[in-house]
Amino acid sequence: MIQFSQLAKTFRRVRVLDGIDLDIGLGERVALIGSNGAGKTTLIRCLLGEYTHDGTVLIGGLDPRSNRTAVLGNIGFVPQLPPPLKMPVGQLIDFSASLCGTDPARIHGIARRLGLDVDAILTRQFVRLSGGMKQKLLIAIALGREAKLLIMDEPAANLDPEARKIFFDLLAERLEDATMIISSHRLDEVSALVNRVIEMDMGKIVLDDKVADDVALTARLACRIFLKRFEPAFAKALDGWNFTSRDADRVWEGEIAGPDRLRFLGIVSRYTALVGDLSLSERAA
Amino acid sequence: MKQLWLTAKLDIVESLRARWFQIYTLVFGGIVALLFVFGLTESRVLGFIGLSRLLVTYIQLTMAILPIFVLITTVRSVAGDREAGVFEYLLSLPVSLAAWFWGKIVGRYIVIFTPVFLAMLGATLWATIQDIEVPWGMFGYYTALLAVMAMCFLGIGMLISAIARSTDMAQGAAFMVWLALLLFLDLILLGVMIQGKVAPEVAITLALANPLQVFRTAALALFDPQLIVLGPSAFVILDLFGATGYKVFALVYPAVLGVVSATIGYVLFRRGDLP
Repeated sequence: MIQFSQLAKTFRRVRVLDGIDLDIGLGERVALIGSNGAGKTTLIRCLLGEYTHDGTVLIGGLDPRSNRTAVLGNIGFVPQLPPPLKMPVGQLIDFSASLCGTDPARIHGIARRLGLDVDAILTRQFVRLSGGMKQKLLIAIALGREAKLLIMDEPAANLDPEARKIFFDLLAERLEDATMIISSHRLDEVSALVNRVIEMDMGKIVLDDKVADDVALTARLACRIFLKRFEPAFAKALDGWNFTSRDADRVWEGEIAGPDRLRFLGIVSRYTALVGDLSLSERAA
Repeated sequence: MKQLWLTAKLDIVESLRARWFQIYTLVFGGIVALLFVFGLTESRVLGFIGLSRLLVTYIQLTMAILPIFVLITTVRSVAGDREAGVFEYLLSLPVSLAAWFWGKIVGRYIVIFTPVFLAMLGATLWATIQDIEVPWGMFGYYTALLAVMAMCFLGIGMLISAIARSTDMAQGAAFMVWLALLLFLDLILLGVMIQGKVAPEVAITLALANPLQVFRTAALALFDPQLIVLGPSAFVILDLFGATGYKVFALVYPAVLGVVSATIGYVLFRRGDLP
């Protein structure tokens, strides 16, 4: 579906992309990882037809630069940093929906599923929304149409655990008919979402690996943690994951999304000394 | 076409919420209000009285303010949007580059021309209510002159925005362009000619190439058809164009300059990196 051939990009004599050759097929979920300056954003911008470059980029056999409308009509994009748009939310939705030929109601529906009360913020300027609200809205715009390619730059970074669960469900609904490229600095943030990992460094691909695809996006894990003693900071963190407590806040129970397990364990690891017992068991989706 | 209007509408809504637009509207509305308050319609200078006196003053003030306002706000918002990542997101949507670029121009044109025109229209309506005679011919020509002035400087602003890669650079370039045009207004050219450093033909060519000077001369021509205040250069202008010919030139040349500048800007925009 996507072909990069000898893709190179230079900014003021600095080679940011250095002869990238890559094929990505339909249905693949690719984690694009690498440190700052590795070339991830430049690669994405070339893919979106926003940068001129050497070499070729083809999406479905078409050059995104010279076939913008046809190619971008099939791409849903979520940027890492939400743009500082002064337009009202309602206008942004209508503008995007009109250009993409989709029904604004579909975008509203996805935003609502992500926990965003769209009707209450229709007249509010996009730039005035909180980070999480912006992220949810941009995800809703990207997913609220028939996109065959989803390009997402740290899409879940600003989402709360509940919204992340729903986000994973939304991605799961698109597994059959969409290719996904998820960019991140850290593999643990996206590892459970993908079946292929591409690592970039200094404008080159240094790792291209298939990964075990056993974690269903819709999986749920029942979790129970027994604390040796009560710790307010840990309690606050668990509260953020919608856990409930009993036995004088010593036993905490809740549910986490399957793809979130690594992120969750990362948080628990900060309080390892407090954990007397921990169990995670997968529930049927 | 749908994409173009969507982009234009987007730019209009963004501009209406921007502070520069509120100041811009206030400035031009305020000028007309002040001219009425200070009784300019009652004054008599060079035989001008009533609304024609007010319109002459208004167009002169507009020529001083509008170009720099349009240049700076256009380059600030376009280059600023690019720097802030607005282009990265909005240009990831399926909109053609032509619709995006020209849509922005159309939207911005409406936003910058409307307040200037409405202020003048408001003055005319007020004069009608007050039983002050309205010089409709002058009103029509000044409207066309304002429309062309906005087009000219918007085109130049879009060209600068397409070339400059940062807001600071764009603002600096816009200011330099305005300053250069200002430096070659009639008085400076006259001074240079008096010192005998430049041939009269060169000075007149420079004056005719400078859109600011073209507007000034055209505005003068309405109440001084023989361009007596310009001195000997009036002979060249009137010999070359004739009184009516010059009025037409003053509308056509800046419009062409604006459209050509915008077209070069578009070519550069679509050739280069977008965000």
